[in-house]
Parts: sequence; C-alpha cells; structure tokens
Amino acid sequence: MIVFFYVFALASLLLALGVLVFKNPIHSALSLVGTFFCLAAIYVMLNAEFVAVIQVLVYAGAIMVLFLFVLMLLSSNDNDQYALKLNVPRGLAVATTGVLLVQILTAFMDPTIRFGEPGAYPVERIQEIGSIALIGQLLFTEFVLPFEVISILLLVAVIGAVIIAKRRVS
Amino acid sequence: MIPISHVLVLSALLFSIGVLGVMLRRNVIVVFMSIELMLNAVNLSFVGFARTMDDMTGVIFIFFIIVVAAAEAVVGLSIILSIYRTRKTLNIDEFNLLKW
Repeated sequence: MIVFFYVFALASLLLALGVLVFKNPIHSALSLVGTFFCLAAIYVMLNAEFVAVIQVLVYAGAIMVLFLFVLMLLSSNDNDQYALKLNVPRGLAVATTGVLLVQILTAFMDPTIRFGEPGAYPVERIQEIGSIALIGQLLFTEFVLPFEVISILLLVAVIGAVIIAKRRVS
Repeated sequence: MIPISHVLVLSALLFSIGVLGVMLRRNVIVVFMSIELMLNAVNLSFVGFARTMDDMTGVIFIFFIIVVAAAEAVVGLSIILSIYRTRKTLNIDEFNLLKW
C-alpha cells in the first residue's frame, strides 16, 4: 500500500516539474492533468473517495478542458519567448522559493505540533455511513449556509466571465 | 496507513513547484496552471490532516476550495482572453497596464 503511495507521489512530483519546464504550454497542461490523476490516486489511499472523484471530474475534466480550450484558441507558434530562462532575478526567485519550502517543512515537521482532540469520524465510522453519504449529510446540515453562498459565487463567476469575455474593444 | 508527515512533505514540495512556476514562467496561462497546482497541494494537506484527526471538515473545505478554483479559472481565463484581444500576446511581462 505504502509503495503505491511513493510511486504516485514520485509521479506527481515529476509531472508537476513537467508543468514547470515544458516549453509548449499544451504539454504543460497535459502534464498537469497527469499530476491531478496521481493526486486522485493518493486521495483514494487516504480514504477520501469523494475528493478523488471530484478531483478527476472537476479538475482534470472541467477545469483543464477549459485551460486547453483557451490555449488552443490563443495558440502562438513562437513558444521560445516563454521558455524557462535563468538569470540573476530568476535565481533570486528560486532562492526565495527554497526559503519558503524550508519554512513550510519546518512548520509541518515541528515535533511539538499539536493536532487537538480527534474528531467524530474515524475511518470505521466513515465506512459504516459511507463517505459520500456523510459528506452529503454534513453539507446539508452543518454547512448549509456556505453551500448556498458558494452557489451564488458560481452564478456571479459565470455571469462575470460571459460579460468580460464578450466585451468588444472599440 | 500512510504517515501524515510524508503527505505533508509531498504537499510542501508540490506547493513550492507551483510557486516556482508562478515566479519563473512568462506564459500567463502556465502561471495560471501553477496556481491550480498550489491549490491542489493545499487540498492534499487538507486530506492528510482530515485523515489524521478523524474529522470531515477538511474534506468539506476541499469541496469549497474546488468550487472557488473553478470560479477562479473561469473568470481568470476570460480576463486573459480579453487582454489577449488588445495586446496580442500571452507574455506576462507585457501586461503592465497597471504598473507605474
């Protein structure tokens, strides 16, 4: 089991690096789709089946198809100007990211980290109710207000996107 | 059982790759994809913590993060489309209308 985790972790890291280094943005996009699939496999191993399903459906499916549509709509043959080049400011950016990574890792690896009281849903209970049934119950009871608000957010985003993309430059 | 520390290290590494993508790449759509990668790294640590702490709130949070990411992708890509109409380029260095 844990071997599969390492395989998918390594694959997701390599594919994520592919997003960074590929010159052609379409290759980057396909590499990102691969990363999303590997992450979905890891979510299954962590007993989060619902997250794995929406990861594949919404992220790898809907969002990345949107990205590819826009990429192909705005495709340019001159990909060299977007290639990864290294110079002094870029080196500084890499160094800053390194510092950020060290900081995140120190926070995560802190031996005094406290997780607090365990919650009400251990794995056995989730499997008894069913992961998706449980999320549905929580969404329509405890989190019903955020659930309704997020639907308004989606509506606003759709209307905004249509208005922004439709406007003609005079 | 996968140890949480390994999940968190993977999440931190993916997040850093996303940050590098935002800082180093010049194609605005690739920068946007790197932001999606960072959101995914955060989702991964949410799942790890939800599993360790036997709590479902992290999973519900991911649901909302994915909805916000979808809204962000739609609005962001339409903004990129409308900028492309006037500038005819995807190079982020050319998008300096608000810079002074």
